[in-house]
Amino acid sequence: MISTRSAKSRRRLRESGLAYLLLGPSLVIFAVFIFYPFLSNFYLGFFKTPPFPGLPNRFVGLSQYQEVLTSSVFLNSVRTTVAFAFLTVPLGIALGLGLAVLAHQQLRGIAIYRTIFSSTVATSVAVASVIFGTLFNPVVGLLPWLGINPQPPILDNPDWALIAVALITVWQTLGLTFILMASGLQAIPDELHEAARIDGAAAWSRFFRVTMPLLSPTIFFAVVIGGIFAFQTFGQIDLLTQGGPLGKTNVLTYYVFTTLRTENNDGKAAVLAVALFSITLVLTLVQMKVLERRVHYAR
Amino acid sequence: MHGDTPSRQGTASRNRRRVLVKVLRYSLLTFLAVVVVFPLYITVVNSLLSPQQIASRPPTFFPFHPQWGSYSTAWDAGHMSEYMLNSVIVTAIITVGQVATAILAAYAFAFLEFPMKRGLFVLFLATLMVPFEVTIITNLTTITNLGWYNSYQGLAVPFLATGFGAFLLRQAFLQVPPDLKDAAALDGYGHWRFMTRVAVPLARPTVAALSVFAFLGAWNQYLWPLLVTKDDRYRTVQIGLKQLSSTSLDQVNVTFAGVVIAALPLVFLLLIFQKQLVRGLTAGAVKG
Repeated sequence: MISTRSAKSRRRLRESGLAYLLLGPSLVIFAVFIFYPFLSNFYLGFFKTPPFPGLPNRFVGLSQYQEVLTSSVFLNSVRTTVAFAFLTVPLGIALGLGLAVLAHQQLRGIAIYRTIFSSTVATSVAVASVIFGTLFNPVVGLLPWLGINPQPPILDNPDWALIAVALITVWQTLGLTFILMASGLQAIPDELHEAARIDGAAAWSRFFRVTMPLLSPTIFFAVVIGGIFAFQTFGQIDLLTQGGPLGKTNVLTYYVFTTLRTENNDGKAAVLAVALFSITLVLTLVQMKVLERRVHYAR
Repeated sequence: MHGDTPSRQGTASRNRRRVLVKVLRYSLLTFLAVVVVFPLYITVVNSLLSPQQIASRPPTFFPFHPQWGSYSTAWDAGHMSEYMLNSVIVTAIITVGQVATAILAAYAFAFLEFPMKRGLFVLFLATLMVPFEVTIITNLTTITNLGWYNSYQGLAVPFLATGFGAFLLRQAFLQVPPDLKDAAALDGYGHWRFMTRVAVPLARPTVAALSVFAFLGAWNQYLWPLLVTKDDRYRTVQIGLKQLSSTSLDQVNVTFAGVVIAALPLVFLLLIFQKQLVRGLTAGAVKG
């Protein structure tokens, strides 16, 4: 009896050992490259990085947080990022949903249209940026030929640069949004549409009474993920506007990058990273609280 | 005659209406398809034109005399060959690494009992709450201190584990019927054999979806490769495009050719693995 119990506990010990061995590789990577750098941001923010390399960091406590987080450059950057999210997320979802609804019908050759609508998945942010950067170019681009030729050129234009980058982003993510929405639509049983049709519901009312509620989990997911993506926007800005003109496209992630790379100011960059994380977290939680109540989960 | 004319007229007009609706639907679909695909189409066209043709007005919308030289210029003088090779190497390491570590971790969470299981699982999920952009400051220091600045290790190692993938695979492993586990135990299967011969094959759709997802993420990376590389020996293709596009406008056809080269792997991926791609991209949206 004692021996079987000890055999059992030995087996349990072996099983635990194996489990930790299997989790080990992931845990090491997470610890070194996610949790440690994440937590060290809070600490780094207490230290002022010296203007010249070689000098020691100076402990300044919370004053650097206060200084950076109340600066007009930071506040402008937050406003810009929020504006960018509002320019990209609703439009992107509306277009993706519209295309998905249009492509969700029994028509000959519809597969070709579906492939075309999802085709921008094959583009990266860099690919899309270089394509549009060239098409928007005032010398070789097509935009001036179409009669759209603001002065200064669109990507150097304080009124237009952010909108232009947002439209490029909407195009680049359209394939992904379309795929999301289309597979959400496919998951809705056809019988429900049939039943509504037999009940005499018109197309519009079928869309708003049947399709939208059943699709709401997918739309909810797209809004949350879209918001997170918007706060991570970087490549478009680096390739097309470098935060300009006049800081009009200086989104938070780009601001962190230039503070780290151009200013070599780790302390200030750490404060900005803490802010970026906090805003993303709060935004996600708020969206979950506000939107989730409107989401209709089947069953 | 009097009796059936109205109904025949009704059928005819209904047919005419049906045809009209069909034509309208196709026109709308085609118009939208053209709008969506036009930037890609004009990119391919421009890559085959001379810079003078690209700048000429009205623009040329079809390459009647395709000039393929831009591709060899982009490939050799534009260093696209190096960038592509670097991207392939880094993407392969990250994809294989992520899938491997995710399988191991998911196996532990799905089939083994051990202390702190819940807490560790929450820790895995917590990684999803930290955007990578937030970690770059210390990660850059860490990579530099390890001597990995401007190297394949520096590009790949931070991404060799995935909380999302482990979570996804755990869900798939939990679908494995418990009877199978018992049967395998009776057959004398140890954990390793059960994992490789039973659990992973049964979870193959999820493994495939995760692979495609990891590939896409790794291939499209921009911020991190920009931070940790300094020359063409290790620059990935996304950063290479930045180099290529910053060259002068009389090489603009070369820039377009580079864009096509950079996008081709994903075009093939999309065509071949469409189903897995859709599953991978939508995995997070599954309710429950």
